[in-house]
Amino acid sequence: MKLPADLQYTESHEWVRLEIDGTVTIGITDHAQEALGDIVYLELPTEGTKIAAGKSLAVIESVKAASDIYAPISGEVLEINEKLADEPGAVNADPYAAWLLKLKPSEQAELASLMSAEAYRQAIGG
Amino acid sequence: MMSALKFAKALPASTFARSAAQRAYSAAATGEVLKKTVLYDYHVENGGKMVPFAGWSMPVQYSNLGVGASHNWTRNNASVFDVSHMLATRITGKDRVKFYESITVADIENLPVGSSTLSVFTNENGGIIDDTIICKHQDSLYVVSNAGCADKDLAHIRAHLKAFQNKGGDVDLKIIDDHQLIAIQGPKAAAVIEELVGKSLQDFPFMDGRFMTIKGIECHVARSGYTGEDGFEISVPNSDAVEFTKMLIADPRVELAGLGARDSLRLEAGLCLYGNDLDETITPVEAGLTWTIGKRRRAEGGFLGAEKIQDQLKNGVTRRRIGLVVQGAPAREGAPIYANGELVGKVTSGCPSPSTKKNVAMGYVKNGVHKSGTELEVEVRGRKQKAVVTKMPFVPAGYHKV
Repeated sequence: MKLPADLQYTESHEWVRLEIDGTVTIGITDHAQEALGDIVYLELPTEGTKIAAGKSLAVIESVKAASDIYAPISGEVLEINEKLADEPGAVNADPYAAWLLKLKPSEQAELASLMSAEAYRQAIGG
Repeated sequence: MMSALKFAKALPASTFARSAAQRAYSAAATGEVLKKTVLYDYHVENGGKMVPFAGWSMPVQYSNLGVGASHNWTRNNASVFDVSHMLATRITGKDRVKFYESITVADIENLPVGSSTLSVFTNENGGIIDDTIICKHQDSLYVVSNAGCADKDLAHIRAHLKAFQNKGGDVDLKIIDDHQLIAIQGPKAAAVIEELVGKSLQDFPFMDGRFMTIKGIECHVARSGYTGEDGFEISVPNSDAVEFTKMLIADPRVELAGLGARDSLRLEAGLCLYGNDLDETITPVEAGLTWTIGKRRRAEGGFLGAEKIQDQLKNGVTRRRIGLVVQGAPAREGAPIYANGELVGKVTSGCPSPSTKKNVAMGYVKNGVHKSGTELEVEVRGRKQKAVVTKMPFVPAGYHKV
């Protein structure tokens, strides 16, 4: 179970990377991709969408389930990973390289509420 | 610590998990303990991810294969499924055929000994109480129906059985609880069993049932299944069930498979899941199961709801079960179906098909927009997507032909 130490995590299994320019990149964890199984379809929001923390941000479809991905923090969608439209399986292959989207945070303070890799590891019983 | 339950909440249950586990979850909510098959410990030891299903704790998948990989393995090789949770009964007495013809649509009278048929238990309105496989033997009927319907099936059958007996009918029903039911499915299933029994099964037709000894174990072997592939459902004494399964799995052509693969396999094969695609308001005519009603039964009736069903056969139905190939996001249970903007029905099962790489679904639509090739729309998360009515099965059936 890979859990890069430079990322922050949520209880709902998203990872968040704070970039130098103050934006954040978001994806799902190794634990989440493994639980979901073969990902066949992703529904990502359009650029410019404003989203509140905890609200559904995207949907990931595997053979067995349609699963919501929740916004780890509030903000505006800057960019989505369009490569995933043709290659949704990239999320299974490397969930930390296959980011879903980039967000411009609207409440910087919310970043402090996210979990460290170690806290997330404990949370998933790893 | 986050529990598994928390994770289930964070990653919402699939259509499949919702529909399949509805009864199970409600059972869990009332504190009822989930039942375990004899193979429960074996599943856990082999990485089975156990989930509540119809009141039982059953493996949804195993750690060595994802659902998609397990699905593909079954289509290309062979997989073993524990289906011991299903309700198996043996019906004896000289009036057994007459009794079962009074509660199902099957023409058991004309069914050859050793052969079986898919059938349905109907209610007074012609709705489907459950779907079932009836196998006719020299001295008995061997009947298998859904685990999720076991309680209501038994209550229904016993009520009618009592009335039948009170009128002097000679028939008796026994639940087979001293055997487990183990399915092996896939194009290599026959070769695996042939190797164990040391003889060819070429003359064993699909949908026949035989009593056989496999490596010293007395089994009932039905050449049937729920995947669209050739395969067998083997009834094994409880005491031999684990050893028997180990023997199957020892063959490199065989892997364990769970409910996840079973659902996508049966959907590709166009086979109905009770509770999703069939229920007590749907008649066999609407469900496209008219073929299960024998010619004689159509003419004579004599089963519950026969008047309604005979009327539908004569005058048609207002809705029909169809297959759909959906563009865009996969359509799942409950997705509304539109024709030229008008709501005409809904999806009852759907998933991305691992074999065809398309989104497949089945559902019910108004009569008139049911023909193959009809272009419809299916709404997924507020967006209408193109869908085409498609003949089922979505993949060619691999049933053994003698």
